[in-house]
Amino acid sequence: MTQSSDAMLEKLANRDYQYGFVTDIETDSAPPGLNEDIVRLISAKKNEPQWLLDWRLKALKRFFEMLENDTEPTWAKVHYPKINFQDIIYYSAPKQAVKINSLDEIDPQLLETYKKLGISLNEQKRMNGVAVDAVFDSVSVATTFKGELEKQGIIFGSFSEAVERCPELIQQYLGSVVPISDNFYAALNSAVFTDGSFAYIPKGVRCPMELSTYFRINAANTGQFERTLLIADEGAYVSYLEGCTAPMRDENQLHAAVVELIALDDAEIKYSTVQNWYPGNKDGVGGIYNFVTKRGACRGKRSKISWTQVETGSAITWKYPSCILQGDDSVGEFYSVAMTNHMQQADTGTKMIHIGKRTKSTIISKGISAGRSSNAYRGLVRIQPGATGARNYSQCDSLLLGDRSSAHTFPYLEVKNASSTVEHEATTSKIEEDQLFYCRQRGISEEDAISMIVNGFCKQVLRQLPMEFAVEAQALLGLSLEGSVG
Amino acid sequence: MDNATPMLEVKGLHARVGDAEILKGLDLVVGTGEVHAIMGPNGSGKSTLANVLAGRPSVEVTAGSVLYQGRDLLELAPEDRAKEGIFLAFQYPVEIPGVSNAYFMKAALNAARVHRGEEELDGMDFLEFAREKMKLVEFDEALLNRGINEGFSGGEKKRNEIFQMAILEPRLAVLDETDSGLDIDALQVVANGVNALRAPDRSAIVITHYQRLLDHVVPDFVHVLVDGRIAHSGGSELAHELEKKGYSWLEVAPTEAATP
Repeated sequence: MTQSSDAMLEKLANRDYQYGFVTDIETDSAPPGLNEDIVRLISAKKNEPQWLLDWRLKALKRFFEMLENDTEPTWAKVHYPKINFQDIIYYSAPKQAVKINSLDEIDPQLLETYKKLGISLNEQKRMNGVAVDAVFDSVSVATTFKGELEKQGIIFGSFSEAVERCPELIQQYLGSVVPISDNFYAALNSAVFTDGSFAYIPKGVRCPMELSTYFRINAANTGQFERTLLIADEGAYVSYLEGCTAPMRDENQLHAAVVELIALDDAEIKYSTVQNWYPGNKDGVGGIYNFVTKRGACRGKRSKISWTQVETGSAITWKYPSCILQGDDSVGEFYSVAMTNHMQQADTGTKMIHIGKRTKSTIISKGISAGRSSNAYRGLVRIQPGATGARNYSQCDSLLLGDRSSAHTFPYLEVKNASSTVEHEATTSKIEEDQLFYCRQRGISEEDAISMIVNGFCKQVLRQLPMEFAVEAQALLGLSLEGSVG
Repeated sequence: MDNATPMLEVKGLHARVGDAEILKGLDLVVGTGEVHAIMGPNGSGKSTLANVLAGRPSVEVTAGSVLYQGRDLLELAPEDRAKEGIFLAFQYPVEIPGVSNAYFMKAALNAARVHRGEEELDGMDFLEFAREKMKLVEFDEALLNRGINEGFSGGEKKRNEIFQMAILEPRLAVLDETDSGLDIDALQVVANGVNALRAPDRSAIVITHYQRLLDHVVPDFVHVLVDGRIAHSGGSELAHELEKKGYSWLEVAPTEAATP
């Protein structure tokens, strides 16, 4: 890269995190620390049934066992000081946790926070036709468009609400895709999750709008443990959007969410994420630890689950949205853009487990590394013996900016059925000085040129996003590039 | 700008690429409305001159001056030169995967329009405008929606350069061996593109190895660049002479004046 572009990138890179602000709302927090009492407190605050409390306690026991046996995962290509799980606050809710009927009843300061994030609920309601279930710290405070969805029998809202409304669905499906003992952070989440989103799309119903949730971590030292469960019954279709931003903090914040998706016969779930949590400053101080377990089960025949993610934030990302392709002819897709800058570390990818016959999966991963960041793709494609005629196509491309960042690709292939087809392609490239000069000679500024080239690199993934989200993601990539490519 | 001010005035230009000094005291005046051809053997500095005019960062100007419409060109960033009307048709156009030609050219055109205080064209208006230009340079509309030069053949890339030139309607077009490697049909397209832009208020510098392009684009002046300086200038007939005699008769003792 040229001297001038380095200088420009440097300048842009030193820009402050635009979403770094703290909302001053009284919170109702439990003391820091993890023990049975905290779990009981969370469960009691949520008026949960006994079975759920028992489930949480089982998970907590399992987590403590893992902690004792020192099975905290260390295989990912990320480095961070050991987390003291007793220092974390596991429950924090805005004091105003009463049910609300309209936006007018919401604390204006809260609305102001959303406005800064560019997600004014009013505006979203009016213009986008997006039903937003906003999670502010751990409790849902606003849900819109619920009535309209209810007419079609769609249940969409906060997880805790769903526990009250349709406990049988929760009991049937919770932990059925990501069991409590699945991994270290899944066990922790199962014990202490505070809220999240739930959606159920009944048989044959095509959800008429994109369902959307914005997560936001607010109170200092608050671990955020979201639990999301989406069920698409036979022949149902749903597109779900998840977007995240967090205010600036000096201390690292742990985020360990679990997302479970279930698609029955002929159902389709499209799950899109745009994540731009605080990545820490340019020296690697602060930022979110994002240790997430996301997994979808294509239980039914001809079912389809598609993950699309644009990840630009967090200090550390550890995330592998996966598909278990159980039903014959089911389809799994993973489209990912992961951008890292400064000292950010990302180890992300997917798992495609082919069990059913003629199951098909596609993996398109685009990694962009800048600054001194490290960006790893880690993907597993497993073809089980019964998966006759299964097919996988994987493409992993890396783009390096500057000469101090790194990109890594770790593909794992386990093929146990000879009739299957598995293809893997990988490339690594840099933004060429010639490309920048070409754009500039046509009158396009260096900054716009970089943004354009990166967006072009990500096009295959961005076009998978729903329209309104794609625009946001594109803007975010531009913004993160400005603030992060260096 | 009055008519007496030339489009381009290069004086005593020295430039280097890495450690190698390529231009060694080049003088050139291009009048407004004129087309100049620059010929010369390989390595004589033709492309370096084109790159200096466009502002390629890897070329360092060590001495001399370049005035563009009376203004110091060298102090302008490449994108500002472009917006001021300088266009370089690249010898080796780059590929930018995933960025559509149409999107790219709309951004380029609008950058220039904003710079001139004109309104931006929206998608529909741009497409209408682009279609007109596509006809002129026989540019396949399918290529408009492909990534910039992504998977284009050599000829398609060159055609794309001419198409972009037609869109941007530059004041000063610099064509860096756009004709090399082209068949006669493509050559005609390049010529049409340049001729369409010929106007009393526009100028062009056509860098070429071969006289054949100059049969279609008849230049007002022909210069021969040898070892970093203009060794000889003349009218369009000079191109024919060069075709017959080659360059060797011009390469007489260039060293004595090579040191500034």
